[in-house]
Amino acid sequence: MNKNLLIVSRQPPYGSSLPREALDVALAAAVYDQNIGILFMDDGVFQLLNKQNPDTISQKNIASTLSALPLYGIENIYVHKQSLESRNLTIEELALDEIKILSTEDVAQLLDQQDHLLSF
Amino acid sequence: MIFSLAVYAAPYSSQASNTAYQFATALLEQGHALHRIFFYHDGVHHATTLASPPQDELNLYQAWNELASKHDLVICIAAALKRGILNSEEAKRYDKSAHNLSDNYSLSGLGQLVDATIVSDRFITFG
Repeated sequence: MNKNLLIVSRQPPYGSSLPREALDVALAAAVYDQNIGILFMDDGVFQLLNKQNPDTISQKNIASTLSALPLYGIENIYVHKQSLESRNLTIEELALDEIKILSTEDVAQLLDQQDHLLSF
Repeated sequence: MIFSLAVYAAPYSSQASNTAYQFATALLEQGHALHRIFFYHDGVHHATTLASPPQDELNLYQAWNELASKHDLVICIAAALKRGILNSEEAKRYDKSAHNLSDNYSLSGLGQLVDATIVSDRFITFG
């Protein structure tokens, strides 16, 4: 059976390991052939920035992993527009080219289409 | 209705563990089915047999362990190994001198989380 699953990632990239563990869940769901998507909102949008240098804190660059998601069949990647705006971030600063930008109303609609939300 | 839960929080560090436990017992009391509880991230600490909480506090480990003896409570193996939660098999594999996973929990992969979402009508995350 295929279900619509949406990972909602709302934490900044390196404060805890949750954002990275959310990606592991996304990859597992893709292996199991589920309709998986990822939505970045609130501080989760910081994960998407293209100029990250986490080597200095012994971390792996999360944006590089995110860019690889389409290779694993995860193409539904979304970002909440207002979360970007309220943090003074622009689309040009994001590492992913094919990310879908959603308004608050679009997010509401997206959430409504899911069977389950996986919050991280 | 079929429920599954995900627990990311460690016991005692936040209220989420207690809330998840109360939610699980409440849904069973109301006649719903509990398909699985998947412990991920810091939630894997629930399965240690070595924790000794103060006697004047609720023993969360004991409460969860009892639930684990009757239902399918799964510890994420990757998250557990990283945090020092091992069964005897993994202790042997990684050449460790001790193991601490309670027998009532099973050690498995993220596929069990995904499977829980497929099987269940409701999937609720704590922590």
